[in-house]
Amino acid sequence: MTAHLPALQVVVPLVAALLCALLRRSALAWGLTLAASWATAAMAALLLLRVLAEGTISYHIGSWEPPWGIEYRIDVLNGLVLLLVAAVGAAIAPYARRSVAAEIAEEKQVWFYTMYLLCLTGLLGIVITGDAFNVFVFMEISSLATYVLIALGRDRRALLSAYQYLIMGTIGATFYVIGIGFLYTMTGTLNIADMAARIGEVQSTRTVLAGTAFLTVGICLKLALFPLHVWLPNAYAYAPSVATAFLAATATKVAIYLLIRIYFSIFGAAFAFEALPITEVFVVLSLAAILGASTVAAFQRNVKRMLAYSSVGQIGYITLGIGLASQLGLTGGIVHIVNHALMKGALFLAMGAVAYRIGSVRLDDMAGIGRRMPLTMASFVVAGLSLIGSPGTVGFVSKWYLALAALERGWWWLVAAILLGSVIALVYIGRVVEAAYFRAPAAAAATATEAPLSLLVPTWVLTAACVWFGIDTELTVGIAARAAAFLLGAGP
Amino acid sequence: MKHDLILRVGVKLLLPFMLLFALYVQFHGDFGPGGGFQAGVIAAAMVILYAVIWGVPAARRVVPMGLVERMIPAGVLIYAGTGVMGLALGGNYLDYFVLLHDPAHGQEWGIFAVEAGVFVTVSGTMTAIFYTFAERER
Repeated sequence: MTAHLPALQVVVPLVAALLCALLRRSALAWGLTLAASWATAAMAALLLLRVLAEGTISYHIGSWEPPWGIEYRIDVLNGLVLLLVAAVGAAIAPYARRSVAAEIAEEKQVWFYTMYLLCLTGLLGIVITGDAFNVFVFMEISSLATYVLIALGRDRRALLSAYQYLIMGTIGATFYVIGIGFLYTMTGTLNIADMAARIGEVQSTRTVLAGTAFLTVGICLKLALFPLHVWLPNAYAYAPSVATAFLAATATKVAIYLLIRIYFSIFGAAFAFEALPITEVFVVLSLAAILGASTVAAFQRNVKRMLAYSSVGQIGYITLGIGLASQLGLTGGIVHIVNHALMKGALFLAMGAVAYRIGSVRLDDMAGIGRRMPLTMASFVVAGLSLIGSPGTVGFVSKWYLALAALERGWWWLVAAILLGSVIALVYIGRVVEAAYFRAPAAAAATATEAPLSLLVPTWVLTAACVWFGIDTELTVGIAARAAAFLLGAGP
Repeated sequence: MKHDLILRVGVKLLLPFMLLFALYVQFHGDFGPGGGFQAGVIAAAMVILYAVIWGVPAARRVVPMGLVERMIPAGVLIYAGTGVMGLALGGNYLDYFVLLHDPAHGQEWGIFAVEAGVFVTVSGTMTAIFYTFAERER
């Protein structure tokens, strides 16, 4: 059966989602979610091990040979992202039962789990497929599920945020499909590997350039690159806690993966970064995100919104790594995809635990919470330190590589900007720490007790991963470096 | 509109033929225009016409919301299940070649099963959308 793992990777969560919708029992739906998430994580781990040992895996859906049929193609890069998405899903699934039971009405819980699993299916599908149009289909599956997940939030503003994201997300997906259409007219193929082989002779035509522009803008909308990020803060702030943690850790990361795939695997680094001014555009926009969005985060009073703006800033670090397009820069960017997913997942899960106990994540309501929920807030502090980039955590590792890549080019000012970004992160994480530990307890926080174990354990698993991969970088940086070498055409 | 004799009798005569036409579009999909999506829409149009004449509560007695809501995932499950059948019979996912003794027949039946799934999901979805909008004021 191991030969069919690439297909099962997507089919297992899909079938689990359908069964949830058919059976309509929320306890059963949670059980199915848990089983499917853990199974997908195990399969993703097996796939990555196989890729590392044997090289790229190709799986032909329906036994039609590529480029005619749809091919699932797993190499070092998407093997890593696949494992990341599946592992975050597996870590969050046990957390979901209590948090969802507290935040979502009984009759809607089944739909939450159905949409959660469909979203997981779509994200895994985008990552695993080697067919550019199949990417679009999975993008629609994950996006539509995401809109529903956000709209299920308790706050009435959740519906408006979901609608806002629906409009922006649809524009993004439309631009993606227009871009792919342009490339298809010029190359006559939708298979990504085949497209890469054929694009060489036509890549300077106006059609391909216009296609590149559409693809860039479309995907950057999805990954919330500054200034296309306006949908993200509200969507993350008002979605249910579980959905926020899952989406923050995975959805934007998958879009970034797609961008890397298109620039490096279809066009090739030489064309995308030498013939086109993509480095300049990305460095400027990334800096605006790192400095601008982080500054906005420092003024937020709702911690989930603060972390959402911080996500826009952190995505800036990843796109900065892509823009630098060197071995070191790309390594830093790819490793930050993993690292940011771990720390933002941990932070949002900690906030979900706070919301579970006091029903709010506003700074004023959280005053003094550090003494009532010590383990939850300790996890927030550790993951927050990682966000700042203190040594011994994952945040330091990725910023180290980005700084090295900037130095390699002799761009001292860029290193200064990266450090300034860390200082701003210190400010906004510091505001939460100050409120939680040094202020007199607010009414809501005074009677709160520590979060239950089913919320604490997943939060601490991700927090521990932030520290573990900050010290033992063998897995993350090792694979990211291999992926970067692979993308730049030097590696296997 | 159930007091209008002409409409009532006319629609009564029309309904079975609408279902028949839906099935024709479904089964003739291999040879002419048609397929699961179109057939599903026509079948749902039959339910909608019934609801327009006899009222939504009457339509809900014939085609209950519980059934409609289960048809939506059930159809996709038929589709995904066809793919899993390919796996079980030793092929790849969605491999129709291995479904029957010879590959050409396998392809025909594979497509047929998938289109049946599309029919179930589309007719369920269309009816569900109609029910949801029709009952919004209540």
